Amino acid sequence: MPCFVDQLLPEVAVDTVKVLRRVGYAVEFPEDQTCCGQPALNTGYWDEARPCAEHFVRVFKNADLVVCPSGSCVSVIRVFYPELLAHSPLREDAISLASRTFEFSEFLVKVAGVTQVGATFRHSVTYHASCHGLRELKLREEPLQLLRQVDGLKLVEMVRFEECCGFGGTFAAKFADISGAMGNSKADSVDATGAEFVTAIDPSCLMHLQGILGKRRAAARTIYLASVLASQASSNPTNQAPANQGPAQGKS
Amino acid sequence: MHREIIRRGMDSYDVAHLKGRARIKDWEAARQKCQEIRREAVNHLDRYLLQFEEKVVARGGHVFWAANSEEACTYVKSLATRLGVRTVVKSKSMVTEEIHLSPVLEKAGIKVWETDLGEFIVQLREEPPYHIVTPAMHLNRGQIAQLFREKLDPAIATDDPRDLMAVARRKLREAFFAAEMGISGANFLVADTGVIAISTNEGNGRLCTSVPRIHVVVTGIEKVIPRLEDLAVLWPVLATSGTGQGITTYGTLIGGPRRPGEADGPEEFHVVLVDNGRSQLLGDSEQREVLHCIRCGACLNICPVFRHIGGHTYGTTYPGPIGSVLTPHLDGIARFKHLSYASSLCGACTSVCPVKIDLAHHLLQNRRNATEAGATKSSERMMFRAWRSVMLHPRIYALGGWSARTALRIVYGLGLAGSIVDPMRVWNRYRSPVPLPSESFRARWRKDLDAN
Repeated sequence: MPCFVDQLLPEVAVDTVKVLRRVGYAVEFPEDQTCCGQPALNTGYWDEARPCAEHFVRVFKNADLVVCPSGSCVSVIRVFYPELLAHSPLREDAISLASRTFEFSEFLVKVAGVTQVGATFRHSVTYHASCHGLRELKLREEPLQLLRQVDGLKLVEMVRFEECCGFGGTFAAKFADISGAMGNSKADSVDATGAEFVTAIDPSCLMHLQGILGKRRAAARTIYLASVLASQASSNPTNQAPANQGPAQGKS
Repeated sequence: MHREIIRRGMDSYDVAHLKGRARIKDWEAARQKCQEIRREAVNHLDRYLLQFEEKVVARGGHVFWAANSEEACTYVKSLATRLGVRTVVKSKSMVTEEIHLSPVLEKAGIKVWETDLGEFIVQLREEPPYHIVTPAMHLNRGQIAQLFREKLDPAIATDDPRDLMAVARRKLREAFFAAEMGISGANFLVADTGVIAISTNEGNGRLCTSVPRIHVVVTGIEKVIPRLEDLAVLWPVLATSGTGQGITTYGTLIGGPRRPGEADGPEEFHVVLVDNGRSQLLGDSEQREVLHCIRCGACLNICPVFRHIGGHTYGTTYPGPIGSVLTPHLDGIARFKHLSYASSLCGACTSVCPVKIDLAHHLLQNRRNATEAGATKSSERMMFRAWRSVMLHPRIYALGGWSARTALRIVYGLGLAGSIVDPMRVWNRYRSPVPLPSESFRARWRKDLDAN
């Protein structure tokens, strides 16, 4: 589970676990996990990111499969760990682990082979393609395949849905004005769809975007993909905490 | 209004670019081919540059190797003064911007005319190009009409682009025929034939390089390509990525001075090959491919940061992602590291680059290089050291998370969100506060989710 999901967006993780169990996987949550190292890695502090990455590898190396509700965190593990840990004794373990680590929608579609997870969500939803999922992991269709199977869900396409929302981790603090302006452009695109919800495969984008939408008192709210998929006819998603969710790791 | 002009410009570029790409049967294969050509050229730069030089010299041209800006500028200035040049016409060249050639010539009493329309406009405004392909994209025709009235002719009563064009054209024609020296850049230096290749749309490039009696080419050493036939793919890919055109209006190949029996062309032909930090980048095995760049501007156009802040904000010759990657190598990491941080690392640049430079990852490597060089703030270094200690101790991490949420809840409860005591005030400037759950996921897991 991404650290910010664990600490700030527990609903994201709960819903991720719920969906994974519903499609038949046994889920475990190793409590020694903390952060994959992304904040330090992306700010250039590779010496600080490296021990976190090694810790991550030690915690998860015996898992059969690792599922994480964040394209961004998975891209760190899959794309950057081999380079970050190039001279680490754990490099082989890291590469092997990377091949067993999947983003949530990727896991459902490509590994579990399901797109119909028995969800009902009677709302209009627009989809934002989170950058790292899209460009590092090449996940273009998987989230949409899942959304199209949700009963009652009306999928509305957003203009420039592949343009960055402006979060970018420490970028949001270092260049707050640019990040805010990018977020507001994305919020304009969301508003223009008239959709009730905007969803994505990265809860971090949604946490940022929820803040922007909230500040604007916009009608649309954010909801993480797993929370859409966790919704069923009996549940009432509009009672959920205002939207954002972050990544989670379950292992089965 | 500025942002509106940029947005409209970028929207029309997007359409043209997508249409242009659709005309190429297999865009990905074309990118792959271009990457291979550029890699071959850059990996054998020494060989191809010498081959190019040999061919140019054999045809009576001169080649000057400039290690840095100063050497390049001095060479051109000495040449101009020695040959009695009083007027220079320039066709578009980013390398001459990089080495700041025009101010050097002007200081020596030489009049310099930019003849690319966009460059001409920004020269009149006494500002640098806004964009490497479309230098005046930040201006609309009303602003340009106003500028022309102030600087060229107070009687201009129109903002019709055709009329404005005609005004610029009349002015520039005078310059073309007065100039003793024409200065151009080069899109490519073709090694096997010893010619320079220039891709233009306005025809000014041909006038600059054929009318004045001296033609000086100023370009970077990385522009060399192995074979003439490589242009068959590079030219259309460059045009498509630059403006969405299938091919630019003019494609010009020049290999030396006028030969006996030829009707036009310069009496003297000089090529100034500028290094200016490029050799050092060549020695960086991780980032060498940055030299593959063909300066098409596609990464600027797609970049959401560029779209929001525009070209002048970077304060560099090359703005946008390629500029943020390249500038620290040319002008120092300490001064320009911030550019590599001014990115959400979204990777859009990497996805459009026609020679497949992995720009987003190079931005990240620049950040790492800045940190390793000790160029980052000590407070930040300490923060990340503390962060690491927390992340290596799951219990401290869990306790830290709980404490941070509790503290923030108190601050927000007192209505102090966004105030000086709010540690999240930068976040909260543009966003409503993140709702704070009373329990972390791990706490909930232990309570009611752990199946064991």
